[in-house]
Amino acid sequence: MADTIILEVERFHPERDTEPSYESFEVPLRADWMVLDALNHIKDQLDGTLAFRWSCRMGICGSCGMMINGVPKLTCETLLMNFAPGPVRVGPLDHFPVIKDLVVEMDDFMAKLQKVRPWIIRKDDETPAREFIQTPAQLEAFHQFSLCINCTLCYAACPVSGLDPNFIGPAAIALAHRYNLDSRDQGLEERLDIVSQHEGIWDCTVVGECSTVCPKGVDPSLAIQQYKLTATKEWFKSFIVPRGKN
Amino acid sequence: MPQYTTFQPKPYRPRMSAYWYLDQWHYLRYALRESSSFFVAYFAVIMLIQIAALKAGPTHYAHFQMLMRCPVIIILNALALAFILLHAVTWFLLVPRVALRQILNKPSPDAIASVPNFMVWFGATVIVALFILGVF
Amino acid sequence: MSSAKRSNEPIVWFLFGVGGFFAAYFLPIHIALYGLAFPLGLVRDPGYDQTFALLEHPLTRIYIAVLLTFCFFHAAHRMRLTLSDILNMRHLNTILAFVCYGGAIVGTICAIWMLAVVH
Repeated sequence: MADTIILEVERFHPERDTEPSYESFEVPLRADWMVLDALNHIKDQLDGTLAFRWSCRMGICGSCGMMINGVPKLTCETLLMNFAPGPVRVGPLDHFPVIKDLVVEMDDFMAKLQKVRPWIIRKDDETPAREFIQTPAQLEAFHQFSLCINCTLCYAACPVSGLDPNFIGPAAIALAHRYNLDSRDQGLEERLDIVSQHEGIWDCTVVGECSTVCPKGVDPSLAIQQYKLTATKEWFKSFIVPRGKN
Repeated sequence: MPQYTTFQPKPYRPRMSAYWYLDQWHYLRYALRESSSFFVAYFAVIMLIQIAALKAGPTHYAHFQMLMRCPVIIILNALALAFILLHAVTWFLLVPRVALRQILNKPSPDAIASVPNFMVWFGATVIVALFILGVF
Repeated sequence: MSSAKRSNEPIVWFLFGVGGFFAAYFLPIHIALYGLAFPLGLVRDPGYDQTFALLEHPLTRIYIAVLLTFCFFHAAHRMRLTLSDILNMRHLNTILAFVCYGGAIVGTICAIWMLAVVH
C-alpha cells in the first residue's frame, strides 16, 4: 500500500479567475484519515490559501459538504483510504455559486428554508397555558424528518436543483413536511399555499438521489412524495368542500 | 481580469451540462427508468392498432399478426418488455412505501409495502394470461 | 402570508400515479404474449375467433379502456418530464404539456370510441 495519495482540488480565485481549475496535492495516506484531514493537511503544510468550510468534524454541523469524485459527501465522514490508490477529485458542492475554492454561497438555500415557515404555526395567537403534550407515537410521526443538519448534500445531488434554481429543494420540503406531521402544528393549509407550487413539490421527478446522499437518513424524497399525496388529497377536497377564507 | 462587483467578488456560477445524466450511474439509471414511458406509449398504440384490426375482421387481424412478426417490431417489443419490467420493478420498490408511510404515520420496513404489490402483479399476470390464452 | 394559488398539477400527477400501477400490473403480460410469445411461436396464438370473443365481452372492453386511458396519461406525464429535464426542453414547457397531454387525450378518445361498440 502506498503511503501517499493525490488530491485533485478545485481552485477558484475570484480576484483573478473566470473559471475554476484543478490543483494536485500529494498528502499522506493514513488509515484513520478522513478527506477533511487531508484538506487540513494541505492547508496547514502545503497551501494555506485553500479555502473550505468545516467545523464539528463529526457529521452533525453540516458544514463540510463537498463533491468527492462527483458525489456529494461530508468530508469529515468520508474515509480517505476508500479512494486508494487515488487520485481523489474534491470540488465545491454542485448547483451552488462558488465564492472561492471549495466554499459555496448558501444565501439562496437559507431563503428557501425560511420560505416554508419552519416553525409551529397555531391558528390562534394566544400564549399556551402549558407545554403541548405529545405521545411517543406523535413524535415518531415526524422525528425522522427533523434530523436534517442543513448540509445541502441533497441540493448538490438533485438534478432539478441544478436545472431550476427556483426549486425550493429536498431539505426545505422535508422541513415543511416535518412541521405538517407535528401534532402541535396547525399550519398545513398555509404551507400548502407555498409548497404546492411548480417550484415547490411539483418540480420533483423522483430521482431519489437526495435520499441516497443524505448523511442523516432523513429521506427527503419520501417526504416530497408524501407531500404530493397530501397536496393531491387537498386539491380534490377543495372541489367537494369549499375552503373558507383564512 | 478581476471579477469584482462594487462590494464583493462575483461568485462563479457553473452551468449544468446538457448531458448531466451521463455523469453518474445513478443519474443514468434514472434516465433509463423515465424513458420507459416512451415504450408504455408505444405499446398502448400497438394495442389500439390491435383493437382496430380485431374489429375490422380476420383478414385485417392476420395483417396485424404479420406486423407483430416483423423483425423491427419484435426488437421494439422486446425493448418495450425490458423497459416496462424496469418500470414495474422500480415502481413497486419506490411508490407503495409512500402510501404505507402516509397510512401508518411512522417508519416501517419498505418490504411491507412492496411485497404485496409484487404478489398482486404476479396474480394479475396469471389471470390475464389465462384469459388471453382462452382457459376461461 | 402567501396568497399564491396552488398548482393544478395534482390532477395530472394523480393520473400519472394510478397509470403507473396499471401499466406495471397489466402491460408486461400483454407485451409478453401479443408482442413476443405469439409472433415468435413460443406459445400458440389463440387465433382470431377466440381473441375477438374475448374483446366482445363488456368487462374486457372496460378493462382495456381503463388500462389504455391510464397508460396514456402516465406515459404523457413522464414523457413531458423526460423531455423537459433529460432532453433539456424545459423552456418549451407549455408546448410539451400541450403535445403530451393532448396526445393522451387523443389516445383515450380513440380507445373509448373503438371499444364502445364491438360486434
